[in-house]
Amino acid sequence: MAGKIRVVVAKPGLDGHDRGAKIIARALRDAGMEVIYTGLHQTPEQIVETAIQEDADAVGISILSGAHMTLVPRIVDLLRENEADDVLVLVGGTVPADDADELKSKHGVAAVFGPGATTTDIVDFLKGAVAA
Amino acid sequence: MATTEGTGTDRWREERYEATPERQGELFSTISGVENEPLYTEDNVEPGELGFPGAYPFTRGVYPSMYRGRLWTMRQFAGFGTAAETNARFRYLLEHGQTGLSTAFDMPTLMGYDSDHPRSLGEVGREGVAIDSLDDMLTLFDGIPLGEVSTSMTINSPAAMLLAFYACVGERQGVPVAALRGTVQTDILKEYIAQKEWIFPPEPSMRLVVDMIEWCAREMPLMHPVSISGYHIREAGSTAAQELAFTLADGFAYVEACLERGLDVDDFAPRLSFFFNAHLDFFEEIAKYRAARRIWATRMKEKYGAKNPRSWLMRFHTQTAGVSLTAQQPEVNLIRTAIEALAAVLGGTQSLHTNSFDEALALPTEHAVRLALRTQQVIAHETGVVNTIDPLGGSFYVEHMTNELERQAYEYFERIEKLGGVIPAIEENFFQREIAEASFRYQHEVEQQQRVVVGVNRYKLEDEPPIEILKIDPALERKQVERVQAIRARRDSAAVDAALARLREDAAHEGRNLMEPIMEASRAFVTMGEMCDALREVWGVWRETPVF
Repeated sequence: MAGKIRVVVAKPGLDGHDRGAKIIARALRDAGMEVIYTGLHQTPEQIVETAIQEDADAVGISILSGAHMTLVPRIVDLLRENEADDVLVLVGGTVPADDADELKSKHGVAAVFGPGATTTDIVDFLKGAVAA
Repeated sequence: MATTEGTGTDRWREERYEATPERQGELFSTISGVENEPLYTEDNVEPGELGFPGAYPFTRGVYPSMYRGRLWTMRQFAGFGTAAETNARFRYLLEHGQTGLSTAFDMPTLMGYDSDHPRSLGEVGREGVAIDSLDDMLTLFDGIPLGEVSTSMTINSPAAMLLAFYACVGERQGVPVAALRGTVQTDILKEYIAQKEWIFPPEPSMRLVVDMIEWCAREMPLMHPVSISGYHIREAGSTAAQELAFTLADGFAYVEACLERGLDVDDFAPRLSFFFNAHLDFFEEIAKYRAARRIWATRMKEKYGAKNPRSWLMRFHTQTAGVSLTAQQPEVNLIRTAIEALAAVLGGTQSLHTNSFDEALALPTEHAVRLALRTQQVIAHETGVVNTIDPLGGSFYVEHMTNELERQAYEYFERIEKLGGVIPAIEENFFQREIAEASFRYQHEVEQQQRVVVGVNRYKLEDEPPIEILKIDPALERKQVERVQAIRARRDSAAVDAALARLREDAAHEGRNLMEPIMEASRAFVTMGEMCDALREVWGVWRETPVF
């Protein structure tokens, strides 16, 4: 894999909890990745547009509002419609275990990181998955 | 101060303390990174400045009798689904001995969108109750006599609309508006700083806050129109000193905005209230509350010239730290919450919310909420900590920490002033950067094992047993969308148009208080989203430049 891994860190929906997103964005940057943070209150359309424009390898979606089962599948579908389904989709936040399973098995989400995941877990996962 | 070389403390340190090695690995600083000495003695504290409870500058408590006169209000924050579900939860809590109501609104309500707005999709009733119009508010308080309870509403950008809805429910129950009691959060400054649920730019938002303060002082004197909140600042990752400093700076900004409007400080200051976090670092938290009271009293008297002693009192609500809860071994959260709640009580809080142990996973179940409430009841009735006022006053450590946090707060006030005040500092991302820096430092310390989080980076369980969590039925969103559409269909549309036209017109003119037009619109069943849209047209919306 030549060049830096490019990651869009995104906050979808109306959720204003950005503590995690900012920590992840900074940790990924410190790990040598190119990080684009969308800022808050993004629609799925805006996130997918950013991912495509930025030629991202991965999109990290931070969501703590409970709206993940509506917003995440929408982002995945839009990526597919735009022929950008090679972009890895990662989700972080408060996602109950059965929802996480469904996001991975039915919607092609690459990984879901819950509370307590370390920034190292996420960096290592991305490095492994993007290189593969 | 009696610090001369060769004091007993220094000798003790050299001869005895340093003779044995310290534990390695974990930090000895507070969770906020404030250094701790191994021991505090009279060498660390100026003698004779303690003061008394109920006496200026109120370090030891705002009331002379504190919990011997009256216990704190046990106020559990609740809200989910539609108004009917939350009404049932309210009644449940009142039946179990809760003494005040506290309403959590869902994200669309916080952001000023009706439930059928495209941006509300998937978010209706998820993190709080969905309230679109007076119709929902009537359901929310159905069977709850507003003359007998006090109600807190956690709402900021659309606070004026929710206050108006509440007043209208009172009117319909036959309770005079002047008899309604409670608190509306209304603290928009901390939204820009930390919680990020905003609609309009800072200037018109501040106007709306001052409109509410002015209107409540006249019409609704038992309501606290603003609850100046450090809670969300702390949850966003700030230190205790930042929580203290930024919250008080926000408080002073509201005072200054009201003075600019021409209000008399003693007409509104007694109704300003505060809301703090109770985090895990026990003594640091207690010191934070003590410092907060002292700074507020001093500035209100000395800087803003308040003469009514009630204007000097910092009364505050406290909530235990949501951010300290873990998804791993969630029952352990009961212990964390109990310790945090104890700090709030020893710090002299006027009301308290204890988090439920399952809240790192989802909104709490009834069982979890009852245990949280029981935690407060045990502290109040079984531990004996309520029998003596400010029992930690005079502790060398607590007094030192109180002074230290006070010092750090004044340092921040100077920096904020140099940036031109709170709003320019927000526009420059000053607060946001300071908080991001602190939260990153803490995360790093946890990942380096310099801070232990039980069950997360030490004492882990291989297999976490599943626990039962509250699920919000997705059908509720559809039900709520139907409700708001039904109300639009059956109301008098001419009255709606007239009310919205008046609101737009008044918003476009500085110097017109918007509470009356918002009351009129509420009575006509104009929705919260429609009112916010009208104001968006006139004022525009706020966008943050994202930094990390």
